[in-house]
Amino acid sequence: MIRKSLTGLIGLVWAGGASADWALNMPQGVTDLSQETYDLHMMGFWVCTVIGVLVFGVMIFSLIKHRKTSGVAPAKFSHSTSAEVTWTIIPVIILVAMCIPAAKTMIKLEDTRNPDISIVVTGYQWRWHYAYQDQDLAFYSSLARPSLEARQLGSTIDPYSVDNYLLEVDRPMVVPVGAKVRVLLTSNDVIHAWWVPELALKKDAIPGMVNEIWFRAEHTGTVRGQCAELCGKDHGYMPIVVEVVEPDEFDKWLTANGGTPKAVAAAAK
Amino acid sequence: MTTAVADAAHHVEHGPAKGFSRWLFTTNHKDIGTMYLIFSLTMFFVGGTMALIVRSELAQPGLQFVHPEFFNQMTTMHALVMIFGAIMPAFVGLANWMVPLQIGAPDMALPRMNNWSFWILPVAFCMLLSTLFMPGGAPAGGWTMYPPLVLQTGDSFPFLIFSIHLMGLSSIMGAINIIVTIVNMRTPQMVLIRMPLFAWAWLITAYLLLAVMPVLAGAVTMLLTDQFFGTSFFLAAGGGDPVMYQHIFWFFGHPEVYIMILPAFGIVSEIIPTFSRKPLFGHDSMVYALAAIAFLSFIVWAHHMFTVGMPLSGQMFFMFATMMISVPTGVKIFNWASTMWRGAMTFETPMLFALAFVFLFTIGGFSGLMLALVPADIQYHDSYFVVAHFHYVLVPGSLFALMGAAYYWLPKWTGHMYNETAGKVHFWLSAIFVNVLFFPMHFLGLAGMPRRIPDYSTQFADFNMVATIGAFGFGLSQLIFVYVLLTCKKGPPATAEVWDHPKGLEWTVPSPAPYHTFAEPPKVDRTVAFPKDYD
Amino acid sequence: MNDKITSEAKNRSLVVQLLGWVVAMFSFGFFVLPPLYNVFCEITGFGGRTNTAAATVVETPDVNRTVRVEFVTSVNEYAPWEFTADTSSMDVHPGQMYYATFTAKNLTEVSKVAQAVPSISPIVASGHFKKIECFCFTSQDFSAHEQKEMPVQFILDTELPDYIDTVTLQYTFFDTQRVAAAN
Repeated sequence: MIRKSLTGLIGLVWAGGASADWALNMPQGVTDLSQETYDLHMMGFWVCTVIGVLVFGVMIFSLIKHRKTSGVAPAKFSHSTSAEVTWTIIPVIILVAMCIPAAKTMIKLEDTRNPDISIVVTGYQWRWHYAYQDQDLAFYSSLARPSLEARQLGSTIDPYSVDNYLLEVDRPMVVPVGAKVRVLLTSNDVIHAWWVPELALKKDAIPGMVNEIWFRAEHTGTVRGQCAELCGKDHGYMPIVVEVVEPDEFDKWLTANGGTPKAVAAAAK
Repeated sequence: MTTAVADAAHHVEHGPAKGFSRWLFTTNHKDIGTMYLIFSLTMFFVGGTMALIVRSELAQPGLQFVHPEFFNQMTTMHALVMIFGAIMPAFVGLANWMVPLQIGAPDMALPRMNNWSFWILPVAFCMLLSTLFMPGGAPAGGWTMYPPLVLQTGDSFPFLIFSIHLMGLSSIMGAINIIVTIVNMRTPQMVLIRMPLFAWAWLITAYLLLAVMPVLAGAVTMLLTDQFFGTSFFLAAGGGDPVMYQHIFWFFGHPEVYIMILPAFGIVSEIIPTFSRKPLFGHDSMVYALAAIAFLSFIVWAHHMFTVGMPLSGQMFFMFATMMISVPTGVKIFNWASTMWRGAMTFETPMLFALAFVFLFTIGGFSGLMLALVPADIQYHDSYFVVAHFHYVLVPGSLFALMGAAYYWLPKWTGHMYNETAGKVHFWLSAIFVNVLFFPMHFLGLAGMPRRIPDYSTQFADFNMVATIGAFGFGLSQLIFVYVLLTCKKGPPATAEVWDHPKGLEWTVPSPAPYHTFAEPPKVDRTVAFPKDYD
Repeated sequence: MNDKITSEAKNRSLVVQLLGWVVAMFSFGFFVLPPLYNVFCEITGFGGRTNTAAATVVETPDVNRTVRVEFVTSVNEYAPWEFTADTSSMDVHPGQMYYATFTAKNLTEVSKVAQAVPSISPIVASGHFKKIECFCFTSQDFSAHEQKEMPVQFILDTELPDYIDTVTLQYTFFDTQRVAAAN
């Protein structure tokens, strides 16, 4: 409710603005789990909205009705055990009910079994390194040249003229569609975090430690993300680009870049 | 405001000393409270300036004003200054002024320590702010100071650690003083459970401070020894673990969040009954809710670390414990709403700030509830959604409560009514701009903008511009507050009660409150904590 | 006057008590938490930790079950080593002992000391991954351009939860001299 009215308000003020990109909500993403995460987020949002409408509604009613200027004498009551017990117990029930679907999704998020591809992703100050475990391919992935030039202080290049400003890399990570991709995260120096909103994945890359996450992209296309843990001066300049392609295209990409295609990609299909 | 106190003091035998030495050597709780409040207001503007630098850079995509290094220094220093320099000392200042008045004590229990605990603060902040001019600049690793990044800080690193030690020392001394005052110096008939909510909130906050500030001191000391003395608490190479720092830090950090909000709960619980002309609904359950929140704050720390890699069982425990916090918090919101219900409300500035607190803090609470859902948190974590969440609980939360408190008790401190029109203008501009500033950040975070970045992709440009406009509107509106303070002395004289029959011992002393109050313990009714014949 | 004295005594005892709390909490944060955390990690495998000294395990192999163990190598802060696992993965039976070898080469003209830091994923597996012998138990000396083969002898215990089919063992090489020099 608040969200809508506020956006409406801003919308009015800014009506007719140039190619505005007023994205309001979390992306639903390209994996089943990103959809589940989105649904949980919306569940949380609607529960809060309903409670908010009720509680704020009562308060607003009170603010309008129970003012001194309307000539009412203040009531004297100062407690009500039954009311207090009620509004302690009902929230507990709501919260337990919210935890159940969240727990189900959490179990799925942890299920890294049977991956088709394992990729070790290493955070560096300030770029990412991708190593395909069984395909003999490893490379660094840094902020693309056009963004790099436009991002400098005093640069005369308009960021709007750069495609995917700050979200483009020189060498993207490529994965086959439908394959279960396991991402092993670690870091070379400080803590980074690998975040791709469309995959609903974020995990810290910690020096001396390995973390794992997984995804199975359902559609071909390109998804983008960024480092999400403050890692020094160029923290804002280490984007992530994941290209989801057809399995045969993935094999071609591997061969073209000096990797060895394995049967796994085809098996995913 | 301070001179008014001095004017009133000539009625009393031992008036304040003259000149600067009065402030340097004072042991009077009112003087010290005033110094705390002025100090925190100063720091509020210092931290606010840093926030405006951050927002200016973020107004449009591309770098216009500062280098990324300096940007990171600004976000780090903004947080440290606002948390340790503005919000916390402001609450301590209010405690100094109001706790003795509310419980009928002549002064704080340990007046000399009170003086030290204040004067440590300017020293600590001179040290912290001086790092801006050091080679390598101010600390830029975030206020959370995660290793290994924080170990890359330049010359300012030891100054950062020492200034945090000093701030911690000041907080600990202040907390000890408040506990001893409340426990030992209440007027004899004041039963602990019947004590006013602001004093109660501070008693619990003081215990939280004692429990966690030493833990923070321990954590930053380990950083210091890792950097200079060859230990490897947090260095993987020597068998340490950088994640352990995060556990220890958030063991401090989550209670710290409640240190900054419990006194605000106390203030709102004082203001709403006064302007609703009704007793506070569920006084005792308010106290129990405060205690429950304080307890839960110790078992939820890892919800700041859901992306760090944790066993499933740990994630589930911390998710559930975090959600449970909304139960006692909900009790408080419902009790405030019930206090308003069938009251006879008027809307003076303190009440407006308290009402905005209830509404906007609740929005911050809602986003907190959403953040507790682990899979969703994985998306929200370290995004602008989190920035929106904690600014909602700290700005229209803690800060609005502080503003409400200042307007509520200002006539008691100065003996004059402030300019109500200016106060209302201050409120409405603040309330509007705070939402223009922070609400769009929810959308930015959901759309995928990480926090602590100096520049962003063009898709985030529009809401960032809105937020920046809100930031300047909000920042400039605060100058009205300074105007209100400076013109307060010209206002009409305030009565002892100031408002319409407010309840509490502080309203039984004249306005301005004399330099020395309650030399003899006042008589109060055991059941209501203020004199019965007073109504 | 008497009142004043008793109130001061009351204040003093409460202050002493509260200061005791402060000291206790600092000690808890500084002296107790780190070792406690380490013990906690070693018991639960929290943080992907494994045993840091040789374990002795005697178990009956569970030949009906096969788990894949993957090896990941990493070198911290561009330290001058080439560090690889000789095989990228092995299929193992829980309860049976295995050897894996890693090769590291010092790429510089000077002698170097390395410390390898192990980490296991998924976290729940780390308590069940037992190293009998490991080059990570002590630091490793490398003379100029020296290449070394380093063995790991390990066993996955049979208690490993049955839903786990892949265990990743990562080693990160840290240059200990650089760490010492930084200090």
